[in-house]
Amino acid sequence: MLGLLETGSGFWSAIVWVIVVLVIGYIVYYIRNKGEESYKKNTEQDKPFISGNPELTKESSHISASHIYWGFTEALKGYYNPLVKIHTGNINDYSGWIIIITVIILIMVGLSG
Amino acid sequence: MNLSNHIPILIIAIPLLAAFLVPLIGRINKKATGILTTLALSVSLILTIALAVKILTVGPQVYVFGATSPSLTLPSGLKFPIRIIFEVDAMSIFMGLITAIVSFLGAIYSLAFMKNDSGLEKYYSLLLLLTVGMFGMVFTGDMFNFFVFLEISSIASVALISFRGTDLGEPAEAGFKYMVVSSISALLVLFAVGIFYGQYDVLNIAAIASVMKYSQLDKIALGLLVPVLAMKAGAVPMHMWTPDAYSEAPAPITMILVVASQASLYALFRVVFSLYNISLNALTVGWIIIIFGLLSMFIGVTMAIIQKDIKRLMAYHAISQTGYMLLGVGVGLAVLANPAALQKYGITAMEGGIFHIMNHAMYKGLLFLTAGALFFSTGTRDLNKMGGLAHYMKYTTIFFIIGAAAIAGLPPFNGFASKLLIYESVYRFNPLLSIIAMVVSILTLASFVKVFHSAFLGPKLPQFKEVKEVPRSMIFAMAALSCIIIFFGLFPDLIVKNLVHPAVMSLIEQLQYTGTVLGGM
Repeated sequence: MLGLLETGSGFWSAIVWVIVVLVIGYIVYYIRNKGEESYKKNTEQDKPFISGNPELTKESSHISASHIYWGFTEALKGYYNPLVKIHTGNINDYSGWIIIITVIILIMVGLSG
Repeated sequence: MNLSNHIPILIIAIPLLAAFLVPLIGRINKKATGILTTLALSVSLILTIALAVKILTVGPQVYVFGATSPSLTLPSGLKFPIRIIFEVDAMSIFMGLITAIVSFLGAIYSLAFMKNDSGLEKYYSLLLLLTVGMFGMVFTGDMFNFFVFLEISSIASVALISFRGTDLGEPAEAGFKYMVVSSISALLVLFAVGIFYGQYDVLNIAAIASVMKYSQLDKIALGLLVPVLAMKAGAVPMHMWTPDAYSEAPAPITMILVVASQASLYALFRVVFSLYNISLNALTVGWIIIIFGLLSMFIGVTMAIIQKDIKRLMAYHAISQTGYMLLGVGVGLAVLANPAALQKYGITAMEGGIFHIMNHAMYKGLLFLTAGALFFSTGTRDLNKMGGLAHYMKYTTIFFIIGAAAIAGLPPFNGFASKLLIYESVYRFNPLLSIIAMVVSILTLASFVKVFHSAFLGPKLPQFKEVKEVPRSMIFAMAALSCIIIFFGLFPDLIVKNLVHPAVMSLIEQLQYTGTVLGGM
């Protein structure tokens, strides 16, 4: 069958996957159309309700990249601090890593027989 | 004269000739430099496809320089080759196809992307030389010749990375760093070549492989070649030049640099499989490559998440994706001496790793081009300053979604197919490795969700009200890569069966590689 990739443990067909997604998508769309009929576009119903707080201007509501995953990086400070520290941007360090790894591999290959 | 016998050299000679013609043409008409470059690379692409068809139907092709016939590998009754030989097998042409597609699309993208820069004749000349270097690295069957092409691609890369660094700014610094690490790697490669020549009096890879004793000197040569080629491929912890170089080079050059790094990865695989094969301790060297892969995958992706410069972020992802290739092929190498395990999952793991090389070149190329499109339109690479660009750049947004979904391994795109092969086969070797690979994929998706939200989503920002979609030549290059990604994703079996599997077998079957040159010695 065209598009059937054998993986050694099973198989994968992107064509079948696309067909399944289209069928599920159509079912979701059908159910959605059966939903609330009193909704009207471009009325009060469209406005966000932020617990009674005033709405931010649209321009200032965008969350910039630095704020995304702040919690993730903060929680992993112990991992990130030394990792960022070794990325010095100094070419001497870049060369040093090459030499260290070359020596380690020479020893490993030499001892492995 | 049968021209079809000369295709391997024509693929390289045409862009090489064009590289020297471009500065002359540039004196008459600046705009013609880009058109000439695109034409030369389109001819190379057509010839590469023709050669691929020939190799996949007839078998590996050799091209002997200076011989009366291009297939005369052993002239005058000699038992060893003395001339420079190109040996193009399924693995070489697999890499050649990637090089041809990416460099051609890079040239097309450059037509609009670079139009306001000065010194375009130098730019296109260097782009062509970089392409020549990459083709040479993957086609050559000679160790010293490999060193020469490695140098050509490195020197052209240095100049291209620092192309926009005329005031000695960050591009010049990135170029300098790349020059230093490239010089170290070239020196160590040359040292290894000297070791082979000193011992065996030959430089041809097949000839060295046929007499390989795996002496202490051969171990030293291996111990030099593995780390420096891994470093040129961007493997952790020798990856630090990658974000500097990839982020400062013009976007189409970054896309081509990814393939240049993969050419070094190809050389690493060629050395361990075609040159040493089972004479080395496959388990030890296999695990060395696997550990490079694990470190690259995990450290690459975690460093990517915290980046704010879109191209640095993507550069760290390039490191991470290289880890998948190292993991897949490393597992294949680790079980090379175990025929049962090799048949059971080793070949599939290698197919996953090798297929990922092509997939990565396509989607990472696309992502770097979308980053270039954002820079072209907004003048910034800082994600903190971007937002709402989907309102203005609808095509670029769609291309970004395709590239991001592919790199994150979402079905039905090509990244999923190669990662699935890696997950399932590597799991049978060591489940933990496979689980780490899956976690890295999830983190990759998280990272690209961040980029998508920061750059494309959100309200229209006043500073971008003049932003427009990029010119057509840039759209064309991104659209072509998107089509390839979707096609490879929908019909991965076609690619694996016709391109990837023969490439993997050409690596594993050392006797076929040596026999092509030495005639079954």
